[in-house]
Amino acid sequence: MSSVLFFIAAIGVLAGAIGVVVLRNPLYCVLALVVHLVALAVLFLLLRAEFVAAIQVVIYAGAVMVLYVFVVAYVGGEAETIGARLRSAGPTGAALRRAGVILAAALLVELLIALLGTGLSAIDGHGAGYTPGPQAYGTPAYIGKLLLTRFLLAFEIASFLLLIAAVGGVVLAGRSTGAVRDAGDAPARGDAPPALAVPPPPELRSAGSMAEGVGGSV
Amino acid sequence: MSTTTYAWLVLAFPLAGMLIVAFGYRVLWGRGAGWIATGAILLSFAASVGALISLQGHDPAHRQIVSTLYHYASTVGVNADMSILVDPLSVFMILVVSGVSTLIHLYSVSYMESDRGFARYFAYLNFFVFAMLLLVLAGNFLLLTVGWAFVGAASYLLISFWYRRTTATRAGIYAFVINVVGDVGMVLGTYFIFKHTHTLDLLGSFHAAGAGAFGHATNNGDLVAGCVMLLVAAFAKSAQLPLHTWLPDAMEGPTPVSSLIHAATMVTAGVYLIARTHVLFELAPSAQDVGAIVGVATLLVAGTIALAQPDIKRVIAYSTMSQIGYMIMGVSVGAYAAGLFHLMTHAFFKALLFMAAGSLIGAMAGEQSLDRMGGFRRALPFTFACFVIGGLALSAIPPLSGFFSKDEILLVTGERGGWHWALYVLGYIGSLLTAIYTFRIIFRAFFGKPVEEASKLEAGVVTHGHPANPATGEAEDTDVGFPGPAHAIAERALPMRIAMSLLALGATGAGLVQIPKVDSVVDDFLRPSFADSSLYATHTKNGLLAVGLAVGAVLGLAGIAIAYRVWVARPGTATVVRERVPALYGLLANKWYFDDALERFVVAPMGALGRLARGGIERVFVDEALVGGTSAIVRAGSAAVRAAQSGFVRYYAALLVLGVAGVSFYFLLQT
Amino acid sequence: MTIAWYLAVSAIVFSLGAIGVMTRRNPLVVLLCLELMLNGGNLALVAFSRMWGDGDGQILAIVVLTVAACEVCIGLGLVVAIYRRRLPIDVDEMRELHG
Repeated sequence: MSSVLFFIAAIGVLAGAIGVVVLRNPLYCVLALVVHLVALAVLFLLLRAEFVAAIQVVIYAGAVMVLYVFVVAYVGGEAETIGARLRSAGPTGAALRRAGVILAAALLVELLIALLGTGLSAIDGHGAGYTPGPQAYGTPAYIGKLLLTRFLLAFEIASFLLLIAAVGGVVLAGRSTGAVRDAGDAPARGDAPPALAVPPPPELRSAGSMAEGVGGSV
Repeated sequence: MSTTTYAWLVLAFPLAGMLIVAFGYRVLWGRGAGWIATGAILLSFAASVGALISLQGHDPAHRQIVSTLYHYASTVGVNADMSILVDPLSVFMILVVSGVSTLIHLYSVSYMESDRGFARYFAYLNFFVFAMLLLVLAGNFLLLTVGWAFVGAASYLLISFWYRRTTATRAGIYAFVINVVGDVGMVLGTYFIFKHTHTLDLLGSFHAAGAGAFGHATNNGDLVAGCVMLLVAAFAKSAQLPLHTWLPDAMEGPTPVSSLIHAATMVTAGVYLIARTHVLFELAPSAQDVGAIVGVATLLVAGTIALAQPDIKRVIAYSTMSQIGYMIMGVSVGAYAAGLFHLMTHAFFKALLFMAAGSLIGAMAGEQSLDRMGGFRRALPFTFACFVIGGLALSAIPPLSGFFSKDEILLVTGERGGWHWALYVLGYIGSLLTAIYTFRIIFRAFFGKPVEEASKLEAGVVTHGHPANPATGEAEDTDVGFPGPAHAIAERALPMRIAMSLLALGATGAGLVQIPKVDSVVDDFLRPSFADSSLYATHTKNGLLAVGLAVGAVLGLAGIAIAYRVWVARPGTATVVRERVPALYGLLANKWYFDDALERFVVAPMGALGRLARGGIERVFVDEALVGGTSAIVRAGSAAVRAAQSGFVRYYAALLVLGVAGVSFYFLLQT
Repeated sequence: MTIAWYLAVSAIVFSLGAIGVMTRRNPLVVLLCLELMLNGGNLALVAFSRMWGDGDGQILAIVVLTVAACEVCIGLGLVVAIYRRRLPIDVDEMRELHG
């Protein structure tokens, strides 16, 4: 039973991934990623990581992807046209695509060799033993205890990081302060000329120095 | 206070004046810089008088006092002290220098009044006086060289005072370069002398030389070489042949500068040098002969050139050159007191002539050419009177001072006998020329039909021409770096009149201190300095004295008469003469082609050599190979590396993945 | 299924994400593919955590998830800022940081 579920979920994951990479309309890409995320959550459940799966669905597919949908709807970005420009030469053209695919394939092969070709026999098993219970492996209580004891520093830093990201997001996307005009801002008034003209100093008895002679001020 | 304290004060006052003006010009009132500078030199003169009185209080055998302020260094047998030598010769010189300088400062306060570089001018002028006083008070060759170099620098600063005028800056550089040639001579001369006397101290050197450091025969090779090197220094500083070409160009500076530096003080430094080192020169008679011959050659050449120059300041400059020829000839044949006496009287009347010329140029609104001047007698009476007094003194007409001083030089020259008779005769010919060219100026500028500026001035209107370079005529403005808009005329400026009157008094009366057979103030005063000289004692033969004085007076008056006839009685005579002997006139007008020769044989080859070095060597090897090559290599390397920064994010991402794949591949291979 | 299968899936997802980052021109989609790579990593982490039987991998997966959220926030903020300045939304057009 679990094998069947595994295959369904795995196919969902891969299909979503391929969809993100291949689909042209960015909104479709976002939706493909959502499918991918949900399927990944199922895989997590199969691995007994209940809390992580829940987090994945609620936070990732629920909040982050919604944010994505908002931004894609606002910005849009053109659906990429298949045209001569994409087949152009140079660092952005077809050569890069082909090179990219080859490189990633190479990477894949290496990863597979690395992961599966090791002498690690445990990966041929189903994992360590599992005993269900209130604080069993994968439950929220289990994760919570770990976060607040062994991984307290990581927990605190991660929350700090979230704060920074929130502030950063507001600064980046907020309304600019007038130096640069955004789309949608009212047209700026004419700039006042910078007040660089210093009033000339009072006439002092000059010394007849070189600086005066060639045009500087006393 | 002791004598040496007075002497140090003499040095301290101009230095203080310079520092106050240079650093405090912003807080000084209107002409404050000028008054402070003048006051400083006046105090210096007062201290000189104090030094004189104090020195005369010593017993004659003990009138050579050395005072050391600071022991600078002592290494490899060289003792470098900051020490001054106070003896009659230096006191004489500081009196002349500080006295004339005070009057010229006073004159300058009016003359430079509207110039925007007023404070800078007085700072430079005080610096110059300090340097000159340092030179004459120096007690060892080191400080003498320092003073020597400083006056050269001050001369440069003041010649190119109006620095936006290219002719002025060119003249300043020209003067400075020739001065440097002299400085080289100075240092080399010092070396040759030091080699045998092993001391830099002046008195020490003289004692060693007297005691036989150079052997007991005269004309030791090293000593002659050293003295000739010192002569080179003297010739460069005093504008003698062949290092004289800078002096006429130095007239680009303001007129008070010409009067102070290039008439009364700096150019006499050469005379002072020879007089001071007379012990060494007397042991090297060949060097003395060189000095005498160059002196007489200069006085004749300069006198002839002065007959044909159109610019009034340049005529007076050549006159200076000629008179210093007399002085150099004098101190080279042993007429030390006479030469120095002529230095003093010359300072008076030459400074007076320059000041009067400045007033005249002011009336002409900056125009300096004699061709455009005429008939100023009624418009500028005071200036005319000063010109006449100065001219009479210069032409050695009795009873003015020039008569006594110049004739005394020639007298002592004649008494030396032998081939010095030639110098005697040539000196008198020069005297005739002097009278002619001096009164040429006076008759051309003040007699004849009044020019426009003169007529307007008689009506009370001062001409203000458009500001222009008097030499080339190109237009200027009156801002910083150029002369100011106002033109100073003695008749309208009290300080100028005071200064000129005092100098006129000196030019008239200074001769009274050394009338032959009556009194010999200068002689007696200077005797302690020349106690170790074998040539100092003067035995004047009565016959020669009478002949000399009579011939001198007659030649002077004859010169005035010739000038009168050529330029007043029959006005076209000069043009006729010029057309009769065009080659001769060309020789004189082109200053005996010295400038052209220097240009062709020294300046042009140096320029070509410089261009060759620049183009052939420096540009190819240094600029292109070393500097250009290195930077080209760096640039090529960075261009190669820069190609990787294309700016495309996907390209970077691909490189990243490539890198990861590569590293993993490596680690996979390891296992 | 054995843990190895999960690891294989994770490797494939990671490579697919890499292809997407190198190939797509819309920055939003590039960010999405970046998420894919992160998810691939998460899967591997959780799989290994199951293998060892302790929760370290899961904790790290949660932290990765947090970081991914932050990064998405900033990245989208950048894209919005670019859009506001009327520049084209195309990674190939954003190439002023070149040598």
